[in-house]
Amino acid sequence: MLTLLFDGVAYGMLLFVLSCGLAVTLGLMNFINLAHGAFAMAGGYVTVILTNRFGVPFLATLPIAFIATALVGALLERLLYKPMYDRSPLDQVLFSIGLVFMAVAGVDYLMGSQQQILALPEFLKGRVEIAGVGIGIYRAFLIVVCGILAIVLQLINSRTRFGSQLRASVDNRRVARGVGIRVNTVFAVTFAVGSGLAGLGGALGAEILGLDPTFPLKFMVYFLIVVSVGGTASMYGALAASILLGLADVLGKYYVPSIGGFVIYIVLVAVLVLKPQGLFARAN
Amino acid sequence: MRLKAFAMGGIAAIALIAATGAGLAADAVKVGVVIPLTGGFQSNGRQISAALKTFVATHGETAGGKQVEFIVKDDASTPDNALRLAQELVTKDHVSVLAGFGNTPTALSVAQLSKRARVPQVVMVAATSAIMDASPYMLRTSWTIPQMANIIGEWAAKNGTKKFVTIVSDYGPGADAEVWFKKALEANGGTVTAQLKVPLANPDFAPFLQRAADEKPEALFVFVPTGAGAAFMKQFVERGLDKSGIKVIAAADVTDDDLVNNMGDPAIGVITGGPYSASHDSPENKAFVEAFKKENDGMRPNMVAVAAYDALDLIYKTLDKTGGDATGDVFVEAAKGMKLDSPRGPISIDPETRDIVQNIYMRKVERVNGELYNTEFETIEAVKDPAHAAK
Repeated sequence: MLTLLFDGVAYGMLLFVLSCGLAVTLGLMNFINLAHGAFAMAGGYVTVILTNRFGVPFLATLPIAFIATALVGALLERLLYKPMYDRSPLDQVLFSIGLVFMAVAGVDYLMGSQQQILALPEFLKGRVEIAGVGIGIYRAFLIVVCGILAIVLQLINSRTRFGSQLRASVDNRRVARGVGIRVNTVFAVTFAVGSGLAGLGGALGAEILGLDPTFPLKFMVYFLIVVSVGGTASMYGALAASILLGLADVLGKYYVPSIGGFVIYIVLVAVLVLKPQGLFARAN
Repeated sequence: MRLKAFAMGGIAAIALIAATGAGLAADAVKVGVVIPLTGGFQSNGRQISAALKTFVATHGETAGGKQVEFIVKDDASTPDNALRLAQELVTKDHVSVLAGFGNTPTALSVAQLSKRARVPQVVMVAATSAIMDASPYMLRTSWTIPQMANIIGEWAAKNGTKKFVTIVSDYGPGADAEVWFKKALEANGGTVTAQLKVPLANPDFAPFLQRAADEKPEALFVFVPTGAGAAFMKQFVERGLDKSGIKVIAAADVTDDDLVNNMGDPAIGVITGGPYSASHDSPENKAFVEAFKKENDGMRPNMVAVAAYDALDLIYKTLDKTGGDATGDVFVEAAKGMKLDSPRGPISIDPETRDIVQNIYMRKVERVNGELYNTEFETIEAVKDPAHAAK
């Protein structure tokens, strides 16, 4: 039972890293970026290629995956996303889903459609028993890394100057500009960090979720569920939602395997009926 | 790979135009090959087009005294595309034989066309039993899921492994595998204590594996699509189940030759049942694997490749027999009962069902000369599809 809880939390943490970037762009910048999963996939492929083909240590590839996808994100933000900020949500959705299909076809062409298999270093493999609870080492690693990330992100958002500039830019772009905040730069940095986080999530998740060109489509629904259940007020919202969904998913599959795949949707519907703005809605 | 495949299609098309222009069309038999070169079943298309290349390189382009032309089309793994392309091939390009079909839906969608236009349809992959009933002009050289699952169940029970948990992906072939495995196991005194279905789109096996471990079976029976097999074995080992004495017995897809070498140590010792292993010990297979690797940059053939190769062999041998006559009724009649020396061992076309009869091998993943292979250790000869035999 405790092993299950542990697995659920680890799975939830992974969902959190994958979707917190989306929580940032969708929640804070009000931009509907369905191509978020494509960035996650990019990070996953960076890690797999570096570890498997070039023998770079797995841990060293994680920051590289983050930086590489953040750079791609920054570039695309300048070239493609910026003109879309003021467009209608429908335009944004169509634009970003188009990007997803291009990413899927592109990766398919370059890397082939097969599952990529990541070679983990020995010290992250296997499992240990602590007080009768079996703990997978890689999953414990995930929980630690993602937990630290969540705290750091929330601190940046709520305590730093950049965080307040970001929140100001989001709440009222014109006034923020008026008081001297460089809104465009703030958005560009935020978008790049959000993409980088997705890339990191993809890299961390390649081991557990698998990695193939349809990754962005397969997990798009999960990202959107996390953001809508969590609400967009703070990082903690996304974190709580991720863990809730991770637990529901794992426990559902264990106890009622026949409907296991549906449990997270039931949770989604239940939360949205009770709290249409998500668990942690922004006070308006 | 895809570029090459497209280039090949292009060359075939140009060859076709040239042939028509020169007035040779009457002496040529055209074969339309509809395969998934893109989309979810791309790896099947890749293997088929590699097999086609190998076959043409080793067998030339004439059969039954006629020139054979292949026209390759990409159905993107979807049934409506497959039907549209097949229609174009039959009406515009006047192909006499349709071949390919990387999954069940595409084979089924074209079956109606094959039936009404009386065009032989040679299925290279699609593995659902029932499709053979959809057209009297259909022939199959791949395998069926019950053909494998039934043998695996029987073998396991007879070899003393009786208490199972089944883990299958939640889609048609998965359900087929589960049902036929259970039937064969129970008929031989075994039991299945839990039947777990894993969603296709979610490869985190953690909760299912935990559940399976808590049931304390002697072994797991697994049927998941090729790609997910690697993730499954990794998590199986990560959870320490390999040390708990629980065995993994699976259908051939889980340790497909295309991927098994990349699966690494977790795959070693997995027992599977299937129609073909690239390490099959026979002169035919050695020649096949060598030619295949030579033509395709060292790529390893898998069971899809060998099924495609045999489909082409069947088409050539049948044309030899009919003297180049590819009319639906004549062709299918001649193909019935045809015996071939395939790289996988002897195979034949069942005259009653037009389905394949072949050996099913029990294999074990081992490291051979530094690479992982499915090493065959037991042969069950001349297996028919049990789903049809039962009727």
